[in-house]
Amino acid sequence: MSPEIVQAVIFYFLAAMLVVSCAIVVFSHSIVNACFALLFTLLAVAGFYALLGADFLAVTQVVVYVGGILVLLLFGILLTSPLPIVLGVATRRTYYLAVAAGAAVFAMLMIIVRAFWAGQPAVPEQQSTLEALGMLLLGKYLFPFEFASLTLLAALIGAAYLVRRNDR
Amino acid sequence: MPGTLTDIINYVIQTALGVVGLDYARVPEMLRIGAAMLIACGAMLGYVAVVALFFGWAERRVAGRIQARQGPNIVGPFGLLQLIADAIKILVKEDIIPQTAHRFLFRLAPILVFMGAFAPFVVLPFSETLVVSNLSLGVYYALSFAALEVVGVIMAGWASNNKWSLYGGMRLAAQMMSYEIPMGLAVLTVAVLSGHLNLRTIVLDQQGYWIFSWNVFRGFPWAFLAMFVFYLAGLAGSKRTPFDLPEAESEIVAGYHTEYSGMRFVIFYLSEYATMYVVSALTAVLFLGGWHGPIPHVLAWDGQVHWEAGPVLSALIGMVNMIGKSFFLMFVMLWFRWTYPRVRVDQIVYLCMKVLVPLGIICLMGASAWALVW
Repeated sequence: MSPEIVQAVIFYFLAAMLVVSCAIVVFSHSIVNACFALLFTLLAVAGFYALLGADFLAVTQVVVYVGGILVLLLFGILLTSPLPIVLGVATRRTYYLAVAAGAAVFAMLMIIVRAFWAGQPAVPEQQSTLEALGMLLLGKYLFPFEFASLTLLAALIGAAYLVRRNDR
Repeated sequence: MPGTLTDIINYVIQTALGVVGLDYARVPEMLRIGAAMLIACGAMLGYVAVVALFFGWAERRVAGRIQARQGPNIVGPFGLLQLIADAIKILVKEDIIPQTAHRFLFRLAPILVFMGAFAPFVVLPFSETLVVSNLSLGVYYALSFAALEVVGVIMAGWASNNKWSLYGGMRLAAQMMSYEIPMGLAVLTVAVLSGHLNLRTIVLDQQGYWIFSWNVFRGFPWAFLAMFVFYLAGLAGSKRTPFDLPEAESEIVAGYHTEYSGMRFVIFYLSEYATMYVVSALTAVLFLGGWHGPIPHVLAWDGQVHWEAGPVLSALIGMVNMIGKSFFLMFVMLWFRWTYPRVRVDQIVYLCMKVLVPLGIICLMGASAWALVW
């Protein structure tokens, strides 16, 4: 029994969790169930990041997607509509389109992986990415980083302006 | 000298197997890792349960003392055996799931909430050697799992299919989300001052001039303010009075856990005390020197070391320091609860957005300026 086997066990566990919860997100007729299943999808992705040695990315995935986006989705759903929510059933045409789009994305990802990362080990050395990331974000990529945060700030102010009560 | 709790557990297993006459090196690696993981997890789980039980008793004793009445004092000395009586009572309680509830999510919610409350215990250091995982992300990891708690609470509120529960869940989620901002700012202040996110390294940096090298005193105006920001935001995040609107009895019965009973209710109760402990322990680690002081484990003056505790004694002293500080901060939370009335919703928003967030930003900017100058 070696660490590779442990990693394989964890990988297949996470993969099963991801596939099952994704299927629930896509096929569930209740939007609330879909939303709660999304929690496990996002956690499984965080698990994959951790397995690949991207520790900062894994924790950020939990903070941003579970703590931010999922909770916002839940707020939106639970506050805006009556409790049991049933989605419209998808038509045959939607399924065909979805399968085609999924196949296209899969093909694209396979090409990228084969072309750029062929022959590299799937699991890199286990060391913290924190310091290297910090150096890159506040050094080489300082401008894109600050630009992204400025854009987000502008979007935030814009949203606050749009929902402001008009007192005039 | 072993580095982490897992190493110590491995060492203990190795010695124990050696006594029986088995060679540790021949045990498969996966079994070794698994055993160490299980024991570390069990130890922390046991610790959380004991802390929660103890504070379940202390809460009532403190309440009695502050409100000039008795509290539990019949069962055992000082009513201490009341804990065991309570535990037995809880175990034999009927487990009720409302007929109109969403059965699966109703059962899942307490587990998610407890997962969120328990996850930070992995990185909490008790002494220089006693820490389950010495993650370099430390405090970032510890704060990230509040997200699971938020989702779990909304899930409990929705799955109960009860308006009070849903309101309680929504209130708590909104409160936790908004108070994460000042909490993060206070943590960043310490991160900027010490240059680490690793909890163990943050504590190691606070060694030196007894209590005067704690972050509170070392980074005086900024870290001092940040400590109060962190503690108050943590108090709000663990829904304790005066911030217990999510379970305000006079308005929404018991909030998101109105429909829960027996063991499932106790899991919520356990997570509340676990969150309180995490907030207290993080305050102790980030601002109050962690396992350093008030009991010293090194005596040094005139530039030379006069006495230094051995590895076992210094681990013990560290644990006493760390647990003592955490328990004191938890006691302050109990004190708050039985002294102050509940605040209103607008006051909660006011405190977060107009007091704690600006204060946190000032602390962060001040600390950054300090870090630039030195």
